[in-house]
Amino acid sequence: MRPENYQSVNHPPSNEFELFFGPNHPGIEGNYALKVRVNGDEVTSARADGGYLHRGFEKLMEGRLWIQNIALVPRICVPDPVPMEVCYSLAIEELGGIEVPERAQWIRVMQLELSRIAAHLFTFGGHAATTGMYTPMFWGIADRDLILDLFEELSGGRVYHIFNIPGGVRRDLPPGYLDRVSKTLDYIESRLPDYDNLLFTNKVFVHRATGVGVLNQEQALEWAVTGPNLRATGLDFDVRRDDPYLVYDQIEFDVPVEQAGDAWARALVRRSELKESLRILRQVVAKLPSVGGPIRAPIPNPLAWNLPAGDVYTRVESSKGELAYYVVSNGGDKPYRVHVRGPSAMHAVQVLENLVTGARIEDVAQIMFSLDACPPEVDR
Amino acid sequence: MSDIDYKDRGSLLNPLKSFAFFGRPAVTEAIEPRPASDNYRGFHVNDWTKCVGCSTCQKVCDNAAITMVRIPGLIADPVKGIRDERPAIDYGRCCWCGLCVDICPTGSLALSREYVHTCVDAELDSYFVLPDSSGMHGQHFEKGWAKTADADLVDLDRQKMPEMEPEQRIGNFAEMLLGYDDQQALLEASRCVQCGMCHDACPTHMHAPEYIRAIWEGKLEEAVAWIYQTNPFAHICGRVCTRRCEDACSIGHRGEPIAIRWLKRYAMDAVPHERVKQIALAGKVDTPTGKRVAIIGGGPAGLTAAFDLAKKGHAVTVFEALAEPGGMTRWGIPEYRLPYDRIDRDIDVIRSAGVDIRCNVRIGQDITLDQLRAGHDAVLLALGLQQGRQTRIPHSEHEKVFRAVDLLNKITANEPFDVPHCAVVIGGGNVAMDIARSLARLQKQQYGQVNVVVTALEEQQHFMADPDEIKEALEEGIVIRDQCGPQGCEIDAAGKLVGLKTWKVLSIFDENKRFAPRYDEAGETIHACDTVIEAIGQSADTSLLGDTLTEALEWNRGRIKVDADGRTSEAWLWSAGDMVNGPDVVHAVADGHRVATSIDAVLMEQKK
Repeated sequence: MRPENYQSVNHPPSNEFELFFGPNHPGIEGNYALKVRVNGDEVTSARADGGYLHRGFEKLMEGRLWIQNIALVPRICVPDPVPMEVCYSLAIEELGGIEVPERAQWIRVMQLELSRIAAHLFTFGGHAATTGMYTPMFWGIADRDLILDLFEELSGGRVYHIFNIPGGVRRDLPPGYLDRVSKTLDYIESRLPDYDNLLFTNKVFVHRATGVGVLNQEQALEWAVTGPNLRATGLDFDVRRDDPYLVYDQIEFDVPVEQAGDAWARALVRRSELKESLRILRQVVAKLPSVGGPIRAPIPNPLAWNLPAGDVYTRVESSKGELAYYVVSNGGDKPYRVHVRGPSAMHAVQVLENLVTGARIEDVAQIMFSLDACPPEVDR
Repeated sequence: MSDIDYKDRGSLLNPLKSFAFFGRPAVTEAIEPRPASDNYRGFHVNDWTKCVGCSTCQKVCDNAAITMVRIPGLIADPVKGIRDERPAIDYGRCCWCGLCVDICPTGSLALSREYVHTCVDAELDSYFVLPDSSGMHGQHFEKGWAKTADADLVDLDRQKMPEMEPEQRIGNFAEMLLGYDDQQALLEASRCVQCGMCHDACPTHMHAPEYIRAIWEGKLEEAVAWIYQTNPFAHICGRVCTRRCEDACSIGHRGEPIAIRWLKRYAMDAVPHERVKQIALAGKVDTPTGKRVAIIGGGPAGLTAAFDLAKKGHAVTVFEALAEPGGMTRWGIPEYRLPYDRIDRDIDVIRSAGVDIRCNVRIGQDITLDQLRAGHDAVLLALGLQQGRQTRIPHSEHEKVFRAVDLLNKITANEPFDVPHCAVVIGGGNVAMDIARSLARLQKQQYGQVNVVVTALEEQQHFMADPDEIKEALEEGIVIRDQCGPQGCEIDAAGKLVGLKTWKVLSIFDENKRFAPRYDEAGETIHACDTVIEAIGQSADTSLLGDTLTEALEWNRGRIKVDADGRTSEAWLWSAGDMVNGPDVVHAVADGHRVATSIDAVLMEQKK
């Protein structure tokens, strides 16, 4: 029975309806929601909602000692945690005037590139899955596991390595470790033709991805797009090469660039980056045995470590794009403020909303994944 | 750019090549747990025999996952720096970052290769674990993430104290240690993990973690305030304390303990004396209580008690037999270890609290004890140990055989005496080192060369003296002959002392651990010398008590028996310091506080 004060509402006649993507959706790694308004098959507007994974990292960091935060930062981006650790450490080192020993720098580069490969394998799989192809996803996850094995051996943790510390790294390489890295690199390299057959030269995937979610260079710059997504629009910029950190200036590698700016171009940039990462890792494996010395610069007792007052901005190239830390110290033993400039915050909000608008409903998930955004990094 | 032929837009046939995989084995993962890597960060293991319960793991834990739990049955030993607490881990909070392992001062904590734990809802408490060396489920998994030398988060090396070179210091009595500069003090203070073992071990429970933290924060006046809460002999203890704190320091288990004594010295030297006086007198009672206390002996125990009682409003008079107050710190310890102006500063603070110190007054001669008792509501005996013990070996009554304390007194008083050309010291304690090194300086000044031999029963590594003292004595050219038992002084026909005869020591204690040295006569040595100095301990001179009182008091092995508060069997008389506890500055300070509390309580009770 209707209540007495019931008044019927006359909605204007419309073909639109609202569709809720998420918060658990295969279109993105983690919990993230996208509310899309759809007219027939066409999306008319979209609203991103990143609040499902808010863990308050930046605020939490203000209450912890400088060194305690190393256990917190990798959690900001689960599939690609190493850039978080390294970038935070670089910021602390710059604030404290600590010089990182060369061996530690090479070990850091090794981790960064291993992590990039793991993240890209994850993304291929995810991207394929959003177009209905699940085999690359199984393969990607299985092959990524081999890299996690390497991380487990190195750092004792498979997903959260917590291995980089201000001053360097926490342990030296286990005996024979580089041989096992080489073996895994050989294996992953041998798998690339399989991925190509199944995905990158698969007519179905190429057609599904081409022309979807097109981003031109002006838009990309305006919306603060970075990383593979930016390079897929034809802009040749990579922090590793153009603002080198660690020992990247001693390493030879190319920066893959595509022009189309669509989901296909983005996938292709990542696929080519994978090969470049393998190339970098080969150089690191060849170089590391000849780099001796300590793995960590001496750092003060973590319980009594005041960093000089000041602020720093450090950036690294993560698999998702440019990752930066803005750290402010007021001279105390804890950060006064930490701001994480995660690439996904831009990719998953303004870029995603704009790209999805006007797209077809079956492409929404693909566009989401082709941007390779990491939800916990959106809402820190 | 890409190595894929992108222009052909792919082929429908390419994916079919993957059919080849039908012939290959699938990627499978075994269901049973697979062994973890050598470095794995699994559940904790903790070696309880190494763990001292210092709680540093708890402090570094970023998730507050560690709680220190008191374990019934475990033995706590504050002197050695061991607590009866062990870390318990809440695996609902732990993130396995392993910072606890990297900072653990003793290296007892490690993460194991064990990583499987499941339970039903009713057993959720099983995630709260008190790890021991057998691991979470007692299965003795191997260690995973454990301490390595290159990844230690604890700074094991202390800042080196700047000191004069041996050639520089040997010809004079100038202070040989120069003190930390600001930077060194800051670096040294930053090593502290604030475990508080030092506080527990210190006889007077100084707030060492607090003042070290204050020094690290650059708040030196705050540091001085913390120091004065428990110790008015701040300058003195900053230089010559026996530093029980450093023996208990948790960093000392694997490295060099924090230089707590030098940090105290730094803070005291850095703050201007007038400011120290203001800080020290904070909390002094303004209204006099009208009670009068007499203290016999102006050493650490007597003056500490005097300072406390004066701050509580009692009228305190200290009677000192010698020309200057300070007791053994002034009359026993040589100037190169403890300059007199530092003693004067400590005494000045105590005087400024309103304590009346009367020097050159010997109770029993100038004033009788009965007179004192009549004029005061309470009397404290803090005589110290002023009489040198004698070996009583043959010919030790010779005029060229001295007691170390007597000579040290003379040196402090600047009394002239014949500096021996060649001296043999009997004894291996700090007093032996003090007299040997003082004589070495005098010899250098007067004769240009050092000729002092120290003989002792023990092996050199078991000497009672501070290892630093032994090292410095050797640097200064003093010869140490260990395992030498004195058997008699050698006198020539003219009655002149020519040497000391010793036998080689086989053992010092018998099976019941009683003092009963055994000698090997074949190992006889004659140490040629013109003077022998006995430095084998001191005893109290209690002759001022008089026969009646000596008879009335209860005694315990030659020392006056006191209760837990320092009160003797006579209600009006308390006793404190070395004469009750044996020689040690910081024990004397602790004792001074204890009797002051007791005297104050009794006097205030009388007043009601």
